[in-house]
Formats: sequence, C-alpha cells, structure tokens
Amino acid sequence: MELVTPSIGLIFWTTLAFVTLLLLLRKFAWKPILTAVNAREENITNALSAAEEAKKEMANLTASNERLLNEAREERDALMKEAREMKAEIVAKAKEEAQGEGEKMIASAKATIEMERKAAIADLKNQVATLSIDIAEKVVKGTLTGDDKQKALVNELVEEVNLN
Amino acid sequence: MLKKTTLLTLLFSFVLTLANASAPAVSEEHSEKEKSGSYNPVPMIMHHIADAHEIHFWGEGENAFSIPLPVILWTNNGLVTFMASEFHHDDAGHHVVERKGMKFTRSHGKIYYANEYADSHGSFISHDVDGHSENAKPLDFSITKSVVGIFVTMLILLLIFGSVARSYKTNGGIPRKLTGWMEPLVIFVRDDIAKANIGEAKYKKFVPFLLSIFFFILVLNVLGLTPLGFNVTGNIAVTLVLAVISLIVTLISANKNYWGHIFNPPVPVLLKPLMIPIEIVGIFTKPFALMIRLFANITAGHIVILSLISLIFIAQAGSGTGMAWGVSPAAFALTLFIFVLEVLVAFLQAYIFTLLTALFVGMSVEEHH
Repeated sequence: MELVTPSIGLIFWTTLAFVTLLLLLRKFAWKPILTAVNAREENITNALSAAEEAKKEMANLTASNERLLNEAREERDALMKEAREMKAEIVAKAKEEAQGEGEKMIASAKATIEMERKAAIADLKNQVATLSIDIAEKVVKGTLTGDDKQKALVNELVEEVNLN
Repeated sequence: MLKKTTLLTLLFSFVLTLANASAPAVSEEHSEKEKSGSYNPVPMIMHHIADAHEIHFWGEGENAFSIPLPVILWTNNGLVTFMASEFHHDDAGHHVVERKGMKFTRSHGKIYYANEYADSHGSFISHDVDGHSENAKPLDFSITKSVVGIFVTMLILLLIFGSVARSYKTNGGIPRKLTGWMEPLVIFVRDDIAKANIGEAKYKKFVPFLLSIFFFILVLNVLGLTPLGFNVTGNIAVTLVLAVISLIVTLISANKNYWGHIFNPPVPVLLKPLMIPIEIVGIFTKPFALMIRLFANITAGHIVILSLISLIFIAQAGSGTGMAWGVSPAAFALTLFIFVLEVLVAFLQAYIFTLLTALFVGMSVEEHH
C-alpha cells in the first residue's frame, strides 16, 4: 500500500518542476530547435526542387542549343550555297561584261586604226602629190640646164624618194 | 566502443553500490538470521524503491554515509524546515526533532508528530494492532531523493537542449556532436509520435509538450539505472502527475466531436444510458493506465535487479560465504541481462507514455468525418 500511496510533497514538486521545465524548454529549446530543423528541411526541399528545376532547364537549354546549332548550320549551308551561286553568277557576268568591253575596245581600236590608216593614206597622197609636184618642178628646172645634170638630178630625186 | 565501456562501468558501479548497501544489512541483522538461516531482501528493496529524506550511499544506522536533504513541513503551526541529518539516520521513530514547540519523528521514511514519551521499544509513535502508525502527519513538502532526481533531470535537460538550441545558431544549422545525437530523437518524437498520431493539421501545437514529457521520463528512467539510487519514475506520485498533465492537455484541446462521442455516442438510444457512463469512465481509465504502466514497469525493473543481487546475500545467510561466491557469477550474469533489458525499458516506457499521450490528444482533436 505504501508503494501506491502518492505523497503530497512529491506531487507538488513534480508538478512545479515539470510545468517549469515545460515552459523553459519550450521557450529556450524546442522553439529554436524546431524552427532551425524546419528551416533546414524547407531549405533542403527547396534546394531539391531547385535542382530538379535546374536540371529541367538544363535539358531545355541543351535542346534549344541543339536546335539553334542545327538552324545555324542550315543557315550557313544556305548562305554558302547562295554565295556560291552568286559567285558563279558574278564571275559569269564579269566574264560576259569583260568580253563585251573587250569587243567594244577591239572595235574602237579597229575603227581608230582604220581612221589613222585613212588619215595616213590621205597624208601620203598629199605628200606624193607635193613630191610629184616638187619632182616635176625640179625635172622641169633640170631640163633647162643640161642633160647630165638632169640625169643626176633625177637619180638624186629617186634616191630621195626611196629614202622616204 | 566508448558507449559499451561506459555502460559496463555504470553496471559495475551499480552492482557494487548495491552490494555495499546490502552487506552491512546482512551483518546487522545477523543475529536474527542466525536463527532463521535466511535473509529477507524485502526491507532493503523497499528502502531503495521508496522515497527518502537523504541520498543513501552505504552503511547502516549511525555509520551510514548519506547526503542529508532539507525537510520542509507544513504543520499546524505553519512552515517548519530543518535538515534530515537531525534525525541522525533514525527511521524507526526513536529520534525526536523539536521545532516551534512541536516534536517530529521519522518512521519508514514518513515524518510524524511524535508522542510526548517513548514507548517500551523507545519509539515515539504509537501503533495499532496491525503495526500501522496512529500518529498524525504534517504535510511533507521536503526536497526528497526523488525531488533531487527531478531537479537533476531538469538541469540535465536544460543544459543539453539549451546547448543544442544554441548550436544551430553557431553551426549554420548543421547538427554536430551533441546536436547530432539529440536531433534524431527530437525528429522521432515530432514525426513518429506527434505527427503520426495527432495528424498533419494540428500536431505542431503539441510537439513541445510531447518532447518535454518524453525526455523528462527518459532521463528520469535512465537516472534510475545509475548507482545514485534514484527511483523517480517508479514513484506513483510522479507518474500520477504526468498522467494528470496528460489528461489535462487532452481535455483542454478536446473539440466538440470528442465531447459528442462521450455524451452523445453514436449508438441506439436504448444503449445510451449504458454507453455514456462507460465513456466518462473511459476518460479517466486512459491516464490511469498511463500512470500504472510507467510506475509498475520501472518499479518492477528495480525490484528484479535488487532481488537478483539479493540472491548472493540469501545464499550467504543460508549456506555461508562460499555459497555466496558460488552464486555471485550467476546473479551477476542475470543482473547484467536484466540491466540491459532495463535500458531498453527506460526508452520503451518513455516512448509508450509519449505515444499514448499523443494518441489520446489525437483522439480529442480529431475532426468528424
């Protein structure tokens, strides 16, 4: 019976001690501990979801990178092709133009030459006429002075002509 | 490894303390035993189980080594205080302490108003035919052995969890050392006891209370396994207070649904007169079971360990010292086994008390569905 008879003093002290302990621990231990643990758990959850998010984003980025790369490659190919075509076109055009120009130049050169030739012929004709007149003049003058002298004159003149 | 060594040291010192405490008892009561040829371990065990006004280490009577504790009495003439050493280790009503014109004497750990004169046996207490004391008792608010145990527990808990709480600030929220050991227990109570039984929505409010009650009981249980001789959670007054607090928390947090189940149980009308009283009694049987369970488990553990140690002295009284040495290894092995079991029980009972409290609270805050 002794064992199961609670004593008033111990009831009093236990109540006082436990209630005090509960209040003190709640304020100075459980609250900070639980807050810290909760904060950390939240942190971990957040970090995990953030990592998951980052992973997804990474995959997205990779995919979009791949796409961009492909697009760029295609664009490059198209550009190259276009450039090549353009080059061929330019070259062809240039060739054509050069040919046209050359022909024109040749034609103009030919025309010039022709003109020059005609001018030269005209000039020659003039000179021949002048020369003929000169010769005739000198022949007429030589005849007037002697036979030998005429012959010598004629030779001289002929030689002069040859020289020209 | 370190833990094992500590545990063994603890056990050895415990066994040695008990052996020390019991040995003189054998020699003192030698004359009685000589006749009967037997040793009665009950007084020694009861002495350990019961609360006391001093912390007793070894020796008997005037030769006892013990730490006296303050005696605080609320008497007919008001408050009276003195140290327990004034009884001079007397526990049979033979020594009288006089204060404020009143005389006090102590018998079997209880303090009585002493008679004017001693009887023929030198006792200042008169007994009835069954040997019970007839004298009146002042209200005893002494700082007894168990109260010291409770204060020590308070101090331990405040120191441990105060430093754990501080460590979160300095360590950047990373549990290390002591915090690393304590945090799993805290989280266990929070998740597996509070959250599991009260429910996600309402458990938060009760976590500090459940944590307090869990660690309070746990440390007191473990303290009872040290050689200091505390038996606090094996004291009915302590478990009574804990059970009543658990009941109060349950009732305060109870909602309409809970009271509805008690005063208007969902049974046919004819059964209601039967069910309502049962439900009302049910409110009180739950904490009552909590009280008895903790008290009985811890007390039984102490009694079993002390009984096994007593085997040695029973053997000595019955068949001499040689037999006592022969019995010792077996008694020691059994004690070791029970002691390890008691370590488990210390944790288990703290867990069960907290779990059931959480369960009752969970029932009282449960919403209708």
